[in-house]
This record gives sequence, structure tokens and C-alpha cells, in this order.
Amino acid sequence: MYRYDGYDQAIVDARVAEFRDQVQRRLANEITEDQFKPLRLMNGLYLQLHAYMLRVAVPYGTMSGTQLRMLAHIARTYDRGYAHFTTRQNIQFNWIKLAEAPDLLAELATVEMHAIQTSGNCIRNISSDQFAGAAADEVADPRPYAELLRQWSSFHPEFSYLPRKFKIAVIASDTDRAAIQLHDIGLQLVRRDGDLGFKVWVGGGMGRTPMLGHVIRDFIPVAKYLSYCEAILRVYNRFGRRDNIYKARIKILVHEIGAAEFTRQVEAEWAEVEPLALDAPAAEYARIVTQFAEPPYDLAASDSIDRSDPDFAVWLDQNVHRHKQPGYAIATISLKPIGGIPGDASAGQMDLIADLAERYAFDEIRVTHSQNLVLAHVRKADLYAVWTALAAAGLATPNLDLVTDIIACPGLDYCALANARSIPVAQRIAERFTDLARQHDIGELKIKVSGCINACGHHHAGHIGILGVDRKGEEAYQLSLGGSGAEDASLARIIGPGFSEAGVVDAVEKVIETYRAVRTGPAERFLDTYRRVGEAPFKAAVYGVPA
Amino acid sequence: MTDVQDQSPVADAPPPPETVANIVSFRDAPLYDGPVVPLAGFGAASNAAAVRLDPGDDARGLIPHLGGLRLIEVSFPKYRDGRGYSSARILREAGYTGELRAAGDVLIDQIVFMRRVGFDSFAPAKPLDRACVDAALARFPFVYQRAADDKRPVWALRHG
Repeated sequence: MYRYDGYDQAIVDARVAEFRDQVQRRLANEITEDQFKPLRLMNGLYLQLHAYMLRVAVPYGTMSGTQLRMLAHIARTYDRGYAHFTTRQNIQFNWIKLAEAPDLLAELATVEMHAIQTSGNCIRNISSDQFAGAAADEVADPRPYAELLRQWSSFHPEFSYLPRKFKIAVIASDTDRAAIQLHDIGLQLVRRDGDLGFKVWVGGGMGRTPMLGHVIRDFIPVAKYLSYCEAILRVYNRFGRRDNIYKARIKILVHEIGAAEFTRQVEAEWAEVEPLALDAPAAEYARIVTQFAEPPYDLAASDSIDRSDPDFAVWLDQNVHRHKQPGYAIATISLKPIGGIPGDASAGQMDLIADLAERYAFDEIRVTHSQNLVLAHVRKADLYAVWTALAAAGLATPNLDLVTDIIACPGLDYCALANARSIPVAQRIAERFTDLARQHDIGELKIKVSGCINACGHHHAGHIGILGVDRKGEEAYQLSLGGSGAEDASLARIIGPGFSEAGVVDAVEKVIETYRAVRTGPAERFLDTYRRVGEAPFKAAVYGVPA
Repeated sequence: MTDVQDQSPVADAPPPPETVANIVSFRDAPLYDGPVVPLAGFGAASNAAAVRLDPGDDARGLIPHLGGLRLIEVSFPKYRDGRGYSSARILREAGYTGELRAAGDVLIDQIVFMRRVGFDSFAPAKPLDRACVDAALARFPFVYQRAADDKRPVWALRHG
């Protein structure tokens, strides 16, 4: 894991001091709320429906046990004993008092964490593959490059007042676990003739106008990717639309001028900035890569697992993935218990996971964009002990990527932007499919729920996507099918008129039962069936067909 | 939401910030105070010594004329519109060494970034207190990236 040096720490400490000063000026009424708003937003502090919400960055979704334990402490001390992991691998605290926010940030800084650029029209937290460093199919660990992007983008003087927010994701496998084609910039680390470089997508995004990214370069050497990103950002900063907040993301610029013209402009800009020595030297790459060195694996670790406990075996089959190191496995901790709030964890659960990470997983925890947590390097021989401890804390739900592993934004229960609640819809669907045998029979199915058009719940990328809307003062829900945020990315399409909360749960069940009726067999995933047969049978089942 | 009001300590109102002058300068040379023409009118009057760039203007259009310019004023009608940051950097990257002024909705919290992209004078719509400006500029000890100023990024400091 990356550890701060004196430079990193001094920058984060200065930020805490600056924010403390800004909050004091606000509390003393020396500045108005209007003047204060952009300052607090630069520090991840939103004013929500009931209280301030603080979004803390978890860079590329990786943290240590010490860091997670600090988040638990913050949940207990400054919040109501729980917190919410987000679809951008961050964590949100929902009940923060403004006067206490500076102390909170100061405590975070002691464990090398911050809330810098977790909101505002700037480059946000860099996201990555939760299996980075452990996946058997990766070219190299993508996180050193995400870390260098984190540093480059922090307090970037030219790109802190962009037309709109800007999200970058970095992966290193053909399997996309970070939805890179739905980011403003998606970077895939690839190897060509022995050299590492990035394939570059630009212009993906969700929100009001969902779009998939375009490949604008097949290969940019790693030594040059920062200046290349600089060129992309400059073209966007200069020419992205600023007349309409809903048309201000880079995807609209790429769409309006076309990917070819956008690429030409980026290449022309890169020709200007590439000679300016904006890229970090090789020694800096090496310094960061070293910090993500492989953990000291037990080379004698056994590759066999005792499956005699049937409940454990179910979890093993559903929530545990292959690791590149023999004798090790990747364990995903579901934060989606039936009836729970997707992505929420209590302080006690966070403490427990921190303990397990320290004891069994080289002190690393990952956050996934699906709002689950991962222990990336667990000896197979330790999986049973890990599972036993998780199960006792309600953290061993064996539902990864199943119908009850639902992404949901905070929705109208918390969010000032929401039109409808998301959490209860996710809860009702999960309760409808509580039966584990039925879940397993349905197989991989990604349901994603957003409480408004901004799509924090990734409904456009859901195999089944649900969007909450306001219909004449009533909460209503639109149903979409066929989206994917993976390497086979696609955008879900609305299949017809919306529903009430109860109605959408029924509709989801009809869609799923239709899938079970028309699939070629259990091996054909919902998404593949939908792509094969189209929306007609689902539409007929949900809305009825004339005889 | 009543946090702010409820928790506001009862404080003696501080004295209003001291206003030294409308223009805050970091240049040694005296400031240019002649006429400034908008870019649109610059072509006809290309012997002008000062030109104003609005957010949508292409800074690169000025590059052939930089040698004759004493002042380029970049306007910020709204602080949220960050196009002027790119304009400034492009001009400095092209070798412009004259006065580069940020004018308009220029607030204390943007000064650090504006200095880094190459602005060396400021004409804020609401006057800024020079002491506050200097404090803001001294706040952050290090930077993470190269820009148009002479600050060395931490990666350069790390590897001396």
C-alpha cells in the first residue's frame, strides 16, 4: 500500500488547517453560506436533507486496517455509529456537525486520509479494480498509476474549476471490474512489445445522458500518461460546455464534436504540452510501484480448502475468487444483507473487518464500486476462520453478483437531489428473493437503483436498472433492462411506463421469471438472455399483451 | 438545516478587511494602466499594448502578437468559469512574460491556483486584503504538479 511521506502529509495537514480556518470564519458569520459553499464542497462536505454529509476519499478503493478502524471511530464519534460505502469506492458519513468537521478531518489526516476533491467540479477520487494486485489476469498492479494520478490531480491549478466533475478509473485486466467505459477517462494498463502503457477511453458517463466512452488512443506509454491526461483535461476545460449544467460533462463535448475530432484536438494539445516535462520521472514511478510490492506470501500455503461446512461452501462458491498466488484467494464481504441498506456498515463491523484484514489479509481492505468490501489476499487455509468471524457479524451473506447484491444510492432518505427513495426499493426486492436457492438459480444479475437522474446508483449499467422519479409529487420508478458496466459495457433501455414502489418490485419479479422461462439453460445469464431475445418477452410479461 | 445558526459562537465582529488597492500585483515593474482592447477589436488595433481575453476567447490567437503586449487581462465574469486558467497557462507556455492579470470575480480562494497558472496581477471586483492573499499563498508548502510558476513538484523534490 502507498504510505505518505513528509510531502504528502504536509499537504494534507495544510488542507485541514485551511478548512478549520474557513469553518471558523463561517461559524463567526464572517462569510456567508454562499461564499462558504464552494469551500466546503472542495472538502467533500455537502448539505443534505437532514445534516451535513462528509464524503471521505478512499483512493482507488484501497485502505489499511488502521484506516478502516479510524473510519469506525469517526462513525462512532461524529456520526450515528455507521457509514455508507459508495459506488465510487468512497465512504460517506451522513450526520456531521459543521463545527466538528475540522476535528474529523484532522483525525483522518493522522491515518493519511482526506476528503479533498470528493466533490466540486474537479478531478474526483481515482477509482480502480478491487482485485488489483491479486487478479490472475492483470498485466500489472494498476494502483501505482492511480496513486500518481491522485497526486497529479490534487490541487491541480488549471483543472479545479472544470465545467463539471471529472472521474477517472484505472484497470489492468481485460475483465473490467471498475466500469471504465462509463468514466470521463477510462485507462486500461496494457503491455505492448514488453512496454507498459494505457489504452484510453474518453467520454463515458451516466447521469441524465448516459454514454459509453470512446477509445481515443490504443497505447500511451506509462511515462507519458500524465501529460496525455493533461491534454485531455485542457481540451475539456477550454471547450466543454458551460451554458447548461446538464450538458457540461466531457461526454457531451465528445459527442457533439465527434470522437475523431476530439481525438485530433487532444493529440494537438498533447504535442504542445508533452515537451513541458509535466510527466513524473522514472524514479517516481519506481518509488510508488515499490510501495505496492507483493505481500510476503506464504509460499507453502496449501491450495486445498475444507468444504465440509455446507454454509461455508455456499459462501466460498459465491463470494471467493481465484487469486494469482497459489494457496491464496480473494474474499468479498457482502454489505448487502437481506433487508439491509446496501453499502452500509456499522462501526463494529468496520472494526471487525479491520481486525480480519490485519490478521489474515496483509492489512488491506478494498472497496468495490458495487458497495462491497474485499479482503484481497487471504490464505485458503484461513478462509474458514474469516468466514466464521464474518458470519457472526452479519457479514457473510453469500450473494455476490446475485439478485440481492443490489447497488443503491442513498436516495431520498438522505440526498437533497433525490426524487425518490432508493433504499426501500432495494430492500423490498431483496426480501422478495430471500430464498438462496432461488437466487442461485437466477444466477448473475446486477440490479442497480438510483433515486434521481444523476444516476449515482448506476441504473444505466444495471442488468436491471431502476430509476426513481417524481411524478406529480409521488415517487415513481422506471424500469430499464440490458445495461452493463463491465468489459461488455452497454446502456440499459427503459422498457415502458413507470411503477409505484410495490409495482416495480412486482415488475422485477416478472422480468426475472420471464428470464427463467426463456433462457437456454441456467448457464445463460440474464444479460445474455436479454441480449439474445430482446425486450419483447419481458415487456409482455410486465405490461401484458393484447390477446 | 440549522447547524450554522445554532452553533455560531457569539464573536466580536472582526474589523472589515483592509483594502489597500483594487489591484494586487506580484510584479516588480509598474502596472500598465493604459487602454485595454477586447480580443475582437485587437486585430484592427494590433499596435495596442493591452488586450482582454474573455472566457470563450482562444488564447492561442494571441501568440503571434505576444512580443508587442504589455498586459493581457483575462476576465473571470464568474469564478466558477475556469477557462481563464487554461488561457493563462497557454500564454505563459508560449513564452509571454508581460503582465497577466485576472480580472473580475477573483476571490481569495482562487488566488493560489491563479498564481500557479501564471497570473501576476489581480483586479478583483471586490477588493482583496493583501495580507490575506499572502497568507493564502503561504498556506500550502508543496505542490504535486508542474504548472506555469517556478514551483517544483514534489516528485522533483523527492528525486532531487
